[in-house]
Amino acid sequence: MRRLAKGVVLGAWLLITLFPLYWIVVTSLKPKAEIFSMPLRYWPGEVTFEHYEELFSFADFGTYLLNSLLVSLVAAGAVTVTGVLGGYVLARFSFPGRGALMLAYLVTQMIPLFIALGPLYLLMSDLDLLNRLAGLMLVYVAMLVPFATIIMRGFYERIPVALEEAAQVDGASRLTAMARVVIPVMLPGIAATYIFAFVQCWNELFLAITFIDSEDAKTIPVAMNSFITQYDIDWGSMAAATVVSVIPTLILFAAIRRYIVEGLTAGAVKG
Amino acid sequence: MSSVARPAFTGRKARFIALCLLPGVIFVAVFTYYPMIRGAVIAFQRYNLFDLTSTPFVGLENFRSVLAEDRFWTALRNTGTWVAVSLFFQFFLGFGLALLLRRQFRGRGLYQAWVFFPWAMSGFLIGLLWRWMFNGQFGVVNDLLLKAGIIDERIGFLASPGWAMTSVIVANVWYGVTFFAIMIMAALQSVPGELYEAASVDGASRLRQFWHVTLPHIRPTLALIVLLRIIWILNFPDLIYAMTGGGPAGGTDIVTTFLIQQVIGGDYGRAGAVGLLVLGLLLSFSVFYLNVTRFERSR
Repeated sequence: MRRLAKGVVLGAWLLITLFPLYWIVVTSLKPKAEIFSMPLRYWPGEVTFEHYEELFSFADFGTYLLNSLLVSLVAAGAVTVTGVLGGYVLARFSFPGRGALMLAYLVTQMIPLFIALGPLYLLMSDLDLLNRLAGLMLVYVAMLVPFATIIMRGFYERIPVALEEAAQVDGASRLTAMARVVIPVMLPGIAATYIFAFVQCWNELFLAITFIDSEDAKTIPVAMNSFITQYDIDWGSMAAATVVSVIPTLILFAAIRRYIVEGLTAGAVKG
Repeated sequence: MSSVARPAFTGRKARFIALCLLPGVIFVAVFTYYPMIRGAVIAFQRYNLFDLTSTPFVGLENFRSVLAEDRFWTALRNTGTWVAVSLFFQFFLGFGLALLLRRQFRGRGLYQAWVFFPWAMSGFLIGLLWRWMFNGQFGVVNDLLLKAGIIDERIGFLASPGWAMTSVIVANVWYGVTFFAIMIMAALQSVPGELYEAASVDGASRLRQFWHVTLPHIRPTLALIVLLRIIWILNFPDLIYAMTGGGPAGGTDIVTTFLIQQVIGGDYGRAGAVGLLVLGLLLSFSVFYLNVTRFERSR
């Protein structure tokens, strides 16, 4: 009886969780006339890929996809390298200013960064980085460095120091010891950090819409934001765009499920 | 954990430390702290993007103009509702889910993989998803409620202020339950098994075990998770932005969507003032909260 009740509750919650995803997929596969007609059909009467085709033929979604990919790949790479270096030092050394630096990083995870949005726009304009993917990359790196450093520090602290000390006794320098002994052990954690950073860049909206408005520099969220008009949204294309942009993140997250708690604690996702 | 027998602080070591930290520090200083500080200064200036010929310091004028505006106070009230109601349901549903998933059963891993997926989506996409589902004409929520006989005619969920707030909160709860479930499961796993053994030897019922063993043990973690969550929900305009844009007539505006509107409107002076007000509010709330939950002492 108890097990049955548990099964029913868990089943109901799974249904509630998955239904919106199901609904957006179904919407993306319905012909336009069917999306906006009554009665609502819970399975498309006729499956069509016209919205996906439209996305890539009319809306130039290929360009947005490439932009998003480029920005996220590069920024996540830079963030991860920075986190690997900074996290190591914070985990292994004590030095003046260490606590202050940790605090300065943690603070950025807590306060509304939107207070910086306007001045950041001015800065980007001064540096001639508006409407440039490079500008977006720089800002994303800055946005994610604290998270990457904090999470990497946590991963290092789980590795026994004896491991590195043994390598150093053998005459290896600190950097060589790090590269040969520590990094290989850390690889899964590094990969998880990279993926967290990648997904954050991939999903980021407000900085991107502030700095980018030219067609050839738009990322996916910027493009989707411009699909929203005051009175009318083409929900077929919107649904297709949602599906396309969510597939990579779903796959990536499935790959790093083990690290989700660490990611959440360090602030990989806010909201 | 981190304390280790360390060699003396030498020049070579200092150089290594600086080298490893510098790239990150420079990025954060230039692209986060500098604009933040400039934003705080601009709060005391007349600073409009569309008229940059003169940007004089005007004292507290921006604060006065923000505080005199009804929309700001509406946004503030909405923020309270948005945070409190979302948090309440996220917490208890998440706690329930964590308790149900606590013990191993066949298919648990697969279940978790599926039920935790909303977390991989951005707030913006989730907002769009729910905007479509709550559509007044062709929305599936209306259709389901009609079919179930709960309502007699379609509701313009996102078009009426009261319903709009309910709708964005429903979407936020749907999104955030996962967070609490994950974090509380991790906290539950940190309770040492011996504690339960001792309790069951003493003949404590499961409810009493939960109340006297589990809860006291995870209380400090819970307190911290809840604080983090409050701050994040408050800083989370993405979902509202996508669902309603703060409308109708400011009915779903929260302080952060209000702030973003000021930035988009080009009035950086007022945006800075709103930012500082929010920051002050957050800080005083956090201090108050940590005092009430006595986080330090219970650690």
